[in-house]
Amino acid sequence: MKPVLEIEDFINAGIDQVGGKALCLAKIHEQGFIVPKTICIPCQIYETYLKQTRLKNTILLEINRKPFKHMRWEEIWDISLRIRNLFLTTPIPPNIQKDLFSLIVESFGDHPVAVRSSAPGEDNAASSFAGLHDSFLNIIGADNIVKHIRLVWASLYSDAALLYRKELGLDIHTSQMAVVLQELIPSDRSGIFFGLNPSNSNESVIESVYGLNQALVDGDVEPDRWILSQSSGKILNHIEPVRKQYAYPNAQGVGFADLSERKNQTPPLDDQEVFQIWETGRKMEALFGRPQDMEWTFCNDQLIILQSRPITSVGFKDSDDKRSWYLTLHRSYENLKKLYVKIEHHLIPQMIDEATRLGQINFQTMTTKLLCQEIEQRQTLYDHWVKVYWAEFIPFAHGIRLFGQVYNDAVTPDDPYEFMALLENTGLKSMARNHLLEKLAQMIRCNMGLKTMLDDDMIPEMDHPFRRLLDKFVEEFGDLSCTTGSGNECQHGNNGIIRLLIEFAKQPPRQKHTDGPDVKRLQENYMDSFPAPKKKFAADVLHLGRESYRLRDDDNIHLGRIEARLIESVWEGQSRLSDPLIDTDEQKMLAQIPALSRVPDEPSISIELTLSDKTSKRWFKSRQIVGHPAGPGIATGKAKRIQNPQDLLDFKQGDVLVCSGVDPNMTFVIPLASAVVEERGGMLIHGAIIAREYGLPCITGASQAMQLIKNGDQITVDGYLGIITCKTDEL
Amino acid sequence: MSDNKKEKLNNISELFESQSLAVLSTQKNDQPYSSLVAFAASSDLESVYFLTPNTTRKYENLITNPKVTILVNNSVNQADDIYNAISVTGIGTAAVAAASDRTQLLNVYLKKHPHLKGFSKAPTTAFICVSMKRYFMVNQFQNVVEIQVNS
Repeated sequence: MKPVLEIEDFINAGIDQVGGKALCLAKIHEQGFIVPKTICIPCQIYETYLKQTRLKNTILLEINRKPFKHMRWEEIWDISLRIRNLFLTTPIPPNIQKDLFSLIVESFGDHPVAVRSSAPGEDNAASSFAGLHDSFLNIIGADNIVKHIRLVWASLYSDAALLYRKELGLDIHTSQMAVVLQELIPSDRSGIFFGLNPSNSNESVIESVYGLNQALVDGDVEPDRWILSQSSGKILNHIEPVRKQYAYPNAQGVGFADLSERKNQTPPLDDQEVFQIWETGRKMEALFGRPQDMEWTFCNDQLIILQSRPITSVGFKDSDDKRSWYLTLHRSYENLKKLYVKIEHHLIPQMIDEATRLGQINFQTMTTKLLCQEIEQRQTLYDHWVKVYWAEFIPFAHGIRLFGQVYNDAVTPDDPYEFMALLENTGLKSMARNHLLEKLAQMIRCNMGLKTMLDDDMIPEMDHPFRRLLDKFVEEFGDLSCTTGSGNECQHGNNGIIRLLIEFAKQPPRQKHTDGPDVKRLQENYMDSFPAPKKKFAADVLHLGRESYRLRDDDNIHLGRIEARLIESVWEGQSRLSDPLIDTDEQKMLAQIPALSRVPDEPSISIELTLSDKTSKRWFKSRQIVGHPAGPGIATGKAKRIQNPQDLLDFKQGDVLVCSGVDPNMTFVIPLASAVVEERGGMLIHGAIIAREYGLPCITGASQAMQLIKNGDQITVDGYLGIITCKTDEL
Repeated sequence: MSDNKKEKLNNISELFESQSLAVLSTQKNDQPYSSLVAFAASSDLESVYFLTPNTTRKYENLITNPKVTILVNNSVNQADDIYNAISVTGIGTAAVAAASDRTQLLNVYLKKHPHLKGFSKAPTTAFICVSMKRYFMVNQFQNVVEIQVNS
């Protein structure tokens, strides 16, 4: 088979070779509608590529490292990133490349094209929904097009596709991917036609923007929206947005510019054009037998069909299914830029102000009635910020992924996580906290009198420099006995933190690691990988990635401070409630506060696996546990499992931190640790971030580590390979 | 080399090329221990290579006692394996590949197992070279030949 098929050959080649999208385009073309110049790289080329490069086994190794059911969303994201890099770093064998290259040049020359996925399953209503596989716009030059063909192949294993692998029937042994190359149309106006309004089956919907469609698909530009009668095409409603920008092809693929004053005031379509699109959409429905989701564009007032597929996306929405929420975490560059401004300049300052304001309120002198109001207000405030955290902060973490993708696309490094080196040392709040802890520990190291006093459970007077710094620390970060999400079950006071400081003082300070890669050289290499017109974009994405990395950690610290203020007020309430002399009315009032009547969660008890008792003749013990390498290095130490916040305060120098998950309010013990093991998976989770800052070996996604490892077990953490080895008896 | 020996060596080469995994047996303190390893062999069959993390029991054993055996067979878990399968046991001495030879030998290994490239790069992964001394080839139930490849 030829490495490239013309649109006239698609129907003969069949869906198994050209995929659903290409086949639809061929049928549309056959009916006389205008489609852009389109060619297709059939599935057989993908298959030959995998076979000749022997990439299949490597993908299988990635996918089968751990059962999907044990994976978190972030781990699936990581797998996808690694597979993408495999495609990026594995060139197309010369025998295929040569023909492919010349046929692409022959078809498009230096004209920009869209490189789109066309999977064979896409014709099937059950698996035809947008956003699972990648498409790239404005790709110029055969070299660049061939690179993006590989990226479209890689998107067969995009995180979204892996999430919906069952519905897609994704199977490495059989799944294939064709690639459509389409001439890029310089759109005046573009949009989508939705044959069936999801909220009313008697209606159809048209959305339209000026310029390229990408802005609409990514949600970067708000479209004009027309609701139409599905049967007659009559306009029932036209919802006009505030029109500001349009998307156009530029060096980065898509750029944004302000609309002219006239276009700001004028809808992109007139009524006749709306009708023309509706009419075309109905013809598509007749052609394919199902209501269609059609993308179209106008170029010189001529309607051009970009693609059409059956409407099915509603079929995947399930209230118990978090996957559709996960997919919303994918944000475009434009969206992330806006989110950054919102978080950095509005939300975080607001959180800081709130925490400071609450800290200044002296509720000890309040009447019980006022205290009850105060607790409720703090609870409401905290709940509000938790919602903000999920709605705004979590999606902003995608900035790290976006930078990683841009870095890998440009640099094609062997190590898909090389980009992480450019994210470190961003001045994390938790590192500033750890630095302050170290300063306190240093005071103890240098002052034997102070050490003796602290060993004897005495705290220096208020004017003592150590006490002043300690109070400052507690004021800013709390006394470390409670962490975000720990509720009101923790005990507070300085004892815990002093115990921890004495432990810190036993050993010389742990320095931030400096023996990593040459960051300056990596950054230069990254910038050098972009041509001059793209350098600003490269620098902006790096900045976005670094801010995303920093805020991913800092936002928890800020949220933790607000929670600490809530907990303080709850403690005051509990203290009054437990006072034997309390007035009955006041007791009733306090008892009605949910935060005070809440039964603390049962401390988590690890499930002991059967046959684990070594005194019995038959026993079971884990020897090696596999997770994902998240911080390079190897270290051996005693396992310290963290089941509740108090466990952190008993942490000893050289212990290996083993936990189900760490949030930034818990990472203060990491300088004491020799290594970190987390059950929760992902390269970018908080424990891994701080472990890397200190150069500690770290493994994440070690399923059941909390069950399989016992406190005090001697374990070796291989952060290069992601293997935890538990010391067992000599044979 | 006799034709017979040449033929047997060819048989072993074909078997080794057809199989990805070998059973490696090591021992320490008189306690044998067996593991599965993804292996490759040099074209003259004088060496067998595999990768292992240096935290494993097999690594600890072979460093303590470098005398090892490997077993490769093509059984397919069917009744007729008993007379159809070919099994080869090799004895030899294992060592971490010398730094000077590592790149060249690793290329031989990764040609057979390209998907283990990432694994091979970890500083905690040891690339082991077993200098083979003798092979024992078993076929047709109990037909056994011995082939010396190194003294």
